[in-house]
Amino acid sequence: MSSNTTNTTTISTAGPPSRRNTELALLAFSVLIPCFAYANVGLALDGEMPSGMLGYGLGLGLLAGVGHVVVRKFARYADPLLLPLATLLNGIGLVIIWRLDQAPRLMAKKFFHPSAPNQLLFSALGIALFVAVLIFLKDHRILQRYTYISMVVALILLVAPMFFPAKFGARIWITIPGLGSLQPGEFAKIILAIFFAGYLMVKRDALALASRRFMGLYLPRGRDLGPILVVWAVSILILVFETDLGTSLLFFGMFVVMLYVATERTSWIVFGLLMSAGGAVFVNTFEPHVQQRVDAWLHPFDAFKDGSSDQIAQALMAFGSGGVFGTGWGQGHSDLIGFAANSDFILATVGEELGLAGVMAILLIYGLIVERGLRTALAARDPFGKLLACGLSAAFGIQVFVVAGGVMGLIPLTGMTMPFMAQGGSSVLANWALVAILVKISDTARRPAPAPAPSPDAEMTQVVRP
Amino acid sequence: MNKPVRRIAIFCGLLVLALMMRDNWIQFVQAEELKTHENNRRVLIARYSQPRGNIIVDGQTVTGSKETDNTDFKYKRTYKNGEMWAPVTGYASQVYGANQLEKLDDPVLTGDDDRLFFNRTVDMITGKGKKGGDVITTLNAKAQEAAFKGLGNKRGAVAALDPRTGKILALASTPSYDPSRIAGSDDEKAWKELTSDKNQPMLNRALKQTYPPGSTFKVVTAAAALQNGLYKDVDSKTDSPLPWTLPDTRVQLQNEGNIPCKEASLRVALQYSCNTVFGKVSADLGNKKMMDQAEKFGFNNPKLDTPVRAAESVYPKDNRPQNAMAGIGQASNRATPLQMAMVAAAVANNGKLMEPYMVDKLRAPNLNVIETHTPKQLNQPLSSENAQKLQSIMETVVEKGTGTNAQIDGVTVGGKTGTAQHGVDNSGNPYAWFISYAKGKDGSPVAVAVVIEGSETTRDDIAGGKLAAPVAKGVMEAVLKTEK
Repeated sequence: MSSNTTNTTTISTAGPPSRRNTELALLAFSVLIPCFAYANVGLALDGEMPSGMLGYGLGLGLLAGVGHVVVRKFARYADPLLLPLATLLNGIGLVIIWRLDQAPRLMAKKFFHPSAPNQLLFSALGIALFVAVLIFLKDHRILQRYTYISMVVALILLVAPMFFPAKFGARIWITIPGLGSLQPGEFAKIILAIFFAGYLMVKRDALALASRRFMGLYLPRGRDLGPILVVWAVSILILVFETDLGTSLLFFGMFVVMLYVATERTSWIVFGLLMSAGGAVFVNTFEPHVQQRVDAWLHPFDAFKDGSSDQIAQALMAFGSGGVFGTGWGQGHSDLIGFAANSDFILATVGEELGLAGVMAILLIYGLIVERGLRTALAARDPFGKLLACGLSAAFGIQVFVVAGGVMGLIPLTGMTMPFMAQGGSSVLANWALVAILVKISDTARRPAPAPAPSPDAEMTQVVRP
Repeated sequence: MNKPVRRIAIFCGLLVLALMMRDNWIQFVQAEELKTHENNRRVLIARYSQPRGNIIVDGQTVTGSKETDNTDFKYKRTYKNGEMWAPVTGYASQVYGANQLEKLDDPVLTGDDDRLFFNRTVDMITGKGKKGGDVITTLNAKAQEAAFKGLGNKRGAVAALDPRTGKILALASTPSYDPSRIAGSDDEKAWKELTSDKNQPMLNRALKQTYPPGSTFKVVTAAAALQNGLYKDVDSKTDSPLPWTLPDTRVQLQNEGNIPCKEASLRVALQYSCNTVFGKVSADLGNKKMMDQAEKFGFNNPKLDTPVRAAESVYPKDNRPQNAMAGIGQASNRATPLQMAMVAAAVANNGKLMEPYMVDKLRAPNLNVIETHTPKQLNQPLSSENAQKLQSIMETVVEKGTGTNAQIDGVTVGGKTGTAQHGVDNSGNPYAWFISYAKGKDGSPVAVAVVIEGSETTRDDIAGGKLAAPVAKGVMEAVLKTEK
């Protein structure tokens, strides 16, 4: 009798599909496509297969393989798309960076040194971090314990760059002599998401319910407004003191999104929009750096008349020259953008060499990562996981929008990097960590519900049966 | 919490959608505009990424392309004997653009011309790079050399035409410049030097500079006299008193020295270059008729394209004394050397003025001819009969008048000298002019105009004959030699 009960309550031995083999097949493509791209660049530039072809292919394959094996072992039910998509973007990014390393115009610059080897190293470190998160983070809910520590760490990371010299007009780097520089904002993104998720999970009821209704909106109590005001103030401060429009926009956007998801109150969105509009007007009026950016966005081609930076105009011309199908790998002149061609402006190279088709594909891949993250949030069973997955995905999406929009002239340019593709160690490391957390949450979310322990009540019911 | 998460998902989807729409906007809708934007360096890079087509004279190229170690512009233009050919080719610079033939036929030279579309497509399929076509000119290398060497280190210009077709045979201007000097990407110093040089070496004097035509304009005045029936015969006496006072003034028009100008026939008047006779002809005909005649020869035409556009030679509306002075080329009428060559050519070609041109053919890289210029008659300023009368008296000028320096053994040559005063109270150095034509077996194969911005020593009417006529003679001889 009892064996009968267990049979009906446990999941069948086949279990829900783990989708690991799907992931493996997709990963094969994610490695092959950049390999072909790499060969293509070599053939276009020198007429022969690049010498590093084998090493590069094996390296990327190995990294992807390690990632896959670890996912198989430690996150068996994880979302099968996240790892291949991230690998593909990272691989393509590496090829573009390597391609721009061969660009004569960039090589002629004074401080030129090839970025691809470094980027490959950081990609390996990124995968290592991905693996480490999967292995050591047994359950994402552990992160909830570190809510307030996260807040302190995030604040330190955000404030630290103020004490370091500005580079290229923005204070977003921590320079460690001899080791290079670090962009703490990229890591702060994740840590802040943890803090927001933990904090909002506790406070959501107070924020959602203790409110007055006014003109169809639920107005929060004054004291509940505190946190949003603090975050707003911090992001404005970042903007003013670190002259970093992107980071400030990203954090505020992420906070408003998470607040909205936690409380289900549209009023927060309204507040958020009003405050960011107010902040934008204020900063635009008083901060010359931001004014410059806005002017450069409105009149990109004035740069040729007044001698200011022509980056946006050059990026736009790179996109336009690519047209629908692009010039083909290695055959464009996106290196005309000059400074930051392989980091903030990396999408322009995609635009010129792969054309509209290539950019649409890349944007779709980013969109897919965001939507898989949000799908994870939907599936997550605990509110902390939901909030965290939603926050991280939205932050990723906003970052892509802010960077790509800036490069394509849709919004003013901000100093942020395309996740996974752009050259920059901090960015690669942080985004691999971000994906690792999403993978972990999705594993928990998709894992079949544990078999309920054989209920002692079962016997009793039978006893009571008439 | 799922409802807001779904909304956030939609929001993120919209963000990506906005990016995609923007991308379509810049990479599809605005793509062409951005691709060809004036600040888009790719346009120049593509332009110099392959050897440029050549400009060809007498089957020999006068241009070339050289591979450079510049990262952006792979090939730069080179010129063979650049100083001599600069008035024909113009320059094609990686930095400063192009002018003249280099500019006008740029699409053919770079291979971008629509008519080369088929070639381009084939080259693309077979994996060859784009190639430029060639521009085949009408010029005569020997004549050009004679003109350029004849001018030497003097300041001046030569234009020579084939009167029968309008082909430009020589087009020289001195001081000149070598366009190779400014072809590259780091030639700022040479560019500044050339553009600020007060001798204006980059000015194409043969086409772009107008001068007072001086006595050479008397040929136009004589044509007007014959065409309007003022005098029917070049050997009968004219109604020309001496001294003669300019109409509406008390100023007596002077002749150069003591020459037999009283009631002189047109032949004698042209032979000695009588100011009084032709001044009076112009005054008798009036401004309107003189202007009409000048316009038939090509004056007052702002759009004379060879295809390089020549500066407008003018014969303006004017009051009576000024019009009389214009009849001897000493008022506000001005002419380019090309214009005066056209005058000589029309007379030599029995009154028919052919449109001057210097591009004979445009040729695709596979040697297919994509365009051939057909000679076109521009006008008929003279009847055939009057043209022959005028030829006869111009030939007298060379035979025993002011133009004896242009005589060629065994060849009939007609010409007219001129020395144009200029500057306030004629303070500037005069311009020595000579226009002439030579006759061959079959019509006249060459008409030439020479102007030399004179030096101090040449303040008389002989200047034209002394300075300019030998140059014209050299050019005519060169053409006659190649004609055989």
